[in-house]
Amino acid sequence: MNWYAVKAIYRTEMARMMRTVVQSIVAPVLSTSLYFVIFGAAIGSRITEIDGVSYGAFIVPGLIMLSIMTESISNSSFAIYFPKFSGTIFELLSAPVSWVEVVLGYVGAAATKSVIIGGIILATASFFVEINVAHPLIMVLFLVLISVSFSLFGFILGIWADGWEKLTIVPILVIMPLTFLGGTFYSISMLPEFWQKLSLFNPIVYLISGFRWAFYENADVAIGLSLGMVIGFLAICLGVVRWIFKTGYRLRA
Amino acid sequence: MQPVIRIRDLTKTYAGGFEALKSVDLDIDKGEIFGLLGPNGAGKTTMINIVCGIVTKTSGTVTVNGYDNDTEYRKTRGRIGLVPQELPTETFETPYNACRFSRGLFGKPPRPDHIEKVLKSLSLWDKKDTKIMMLSGGMKRRVLIAKALSHEPDILFLDEPTAGVDVELRQDMWNAVQTLRESGVTVILTTHYIEEAEQLADRIGVINHGEVIVVEETNRLMRELGKKELVLHLASPIEAIPSGLHGYHLELGAGGSELTYHYDTKSEHTGITALLGALHEAGIRFNDLHTSQSSLEEIFVGLVNKER
Repeated sequence: MNWYAVKAIYRTEMARMMRTVVQSIVAPVLSTSLYFVIFGAAIGSRITEIDGVSYGAFIVPGLIMLSIMTESISNSSFAIYFPKFSGTIFELLSAPVSWVEVVLGYVGAAATKSVIIGGIILATASFFVEINVAHPLIMVLFLVLISVSFSLFGFILGIWADGWEKLTIVPILVIMPLTFLGGTFYSISMLPEFWQKLSLFNPIVYLISGFRWAFYENADVAIGLSLGMVIGFLAICLGVVRWIFKTGYRLRA
Repeated sequence: MQPVIRIRDLTKTYAGGFEALKSVDLDIDKGEIFGLLGPNGAGKTTMINIVCGIVTKTSGTVTVNGYDNDTEYRKTRGRIGLVPQELPTETFETPYNACRFSRGLFGKPPRPDHIEKVLKSLSLWDKKDTKIMMLSGGMKRRVLIAKALSHEPDILFLDEPTAGVDVELRQDMWNAVQTLRESGVTVILTTHYIEEAEQLADRIGVINHGEVIVVEETNRLMRELGKKELVLHLASPIEAIPSGLHGYHLELGAGGSELTYHYDTKSEHTGITALLGALHEAGIRFNDLHTSQSSLEEIFVGLVNKER
């Protein structure tokens, strides 16, 4: 293992995050606060409790998920796409590193940032609504696993994308709809039966449900199943990254 | 002595079907400065990128210090520094941080004194905290060299190091290469300036259309480069070269209206005066004459033919 390389990549990526602190941290916190103002206070006050939890508090886990998924993807996809675009990736390809060091550095930094953002949003949310976390360890576990998984997914996206458009099209056309339809703002038990069944094909339902369970112990699907889905997604992404570096797909001519 | 880089039967065909390298064999000796010469698109950069691990080869083997560059890439890549032809730099970084990053990436423990030395030797120390995007093109190239040197490589690839740089930087670069050689670093530089290879390289390899056509000591190659040709445009065509002129090894061309004479500018007697006198005696008159340096290609072809 080349730990110096992991440290070099991680440090550079974290420095990049600090350079763009407004875009990286202030922006997601502001947008989430707006969600709270609109859905929590303005509309939420007219919505009854869901499973014994006030609507404002109910959407907190979903909003955190929404933010860390989009932030993980955009952060890590950009981190690897930009060197590809500017040509500086030559150095990474010619360095004595394997995919393991590269992933630990880039994905580790992106996931760290997401976890920080998740924490800040949670803190921000606590100003608006009363939040109880029933299972703090499970909550942190989900937060970390999902940050890592989606950072890995973003990393794959950044390698795959051969233009700026592709970089933004996947988060907008795939991830955002799945997240909004995945129970960010509602419990899927509120849906007609057909849509409930259909929702179970949306992997993000499992992630949000599991994360929400850690807060309020109510879930759309069993917690074990949620955890399994997260780990499964993580494993698939790891496999894909390994394959990319082994074959040089879209990295080495 | 075992060559520091050994390339055997290396081929590369790109996805589009372009054959960039056709069965290349090449040995680079430890501590030498090797000039890789060839026109654009000859395969120079492809070869370097394969050795460094940026491009995957189609077939063949590359060993660095005896290690295979595929299966033991950690041992090979860690020893190599690469300064690419283009100027891909971390726009928003500073030279100092960029060098620190390179050193870490290549698995070396931090050594601020070394990075300071490298930046000072390339006149970058006073710019160490300036964002790279604010630097001039020449400075960016220096940053790339500094990055490659910051991890203390034994082997340094310089891909077209002086393409588009001013005279001052070119001289600095040449001095830097000499200093590196004195410290035992093997340097491989590509160029299409024959003068640059002549100034710096111990040996020169010529590559064209994906094939290494000759590898020669610089001195010997330069002797070939001293050759020129004199072309005489005759007033009236002749059918054969008169017997009195056989000693000059003339070539008759263009339907008998052109005579070509080869001579060596570096020899004591070029033989031009004697030839012109002999032509006059033979009654051959000419309208025009011109001399030209043998082109690189002609020299290379000549060398290849001689070796066969």
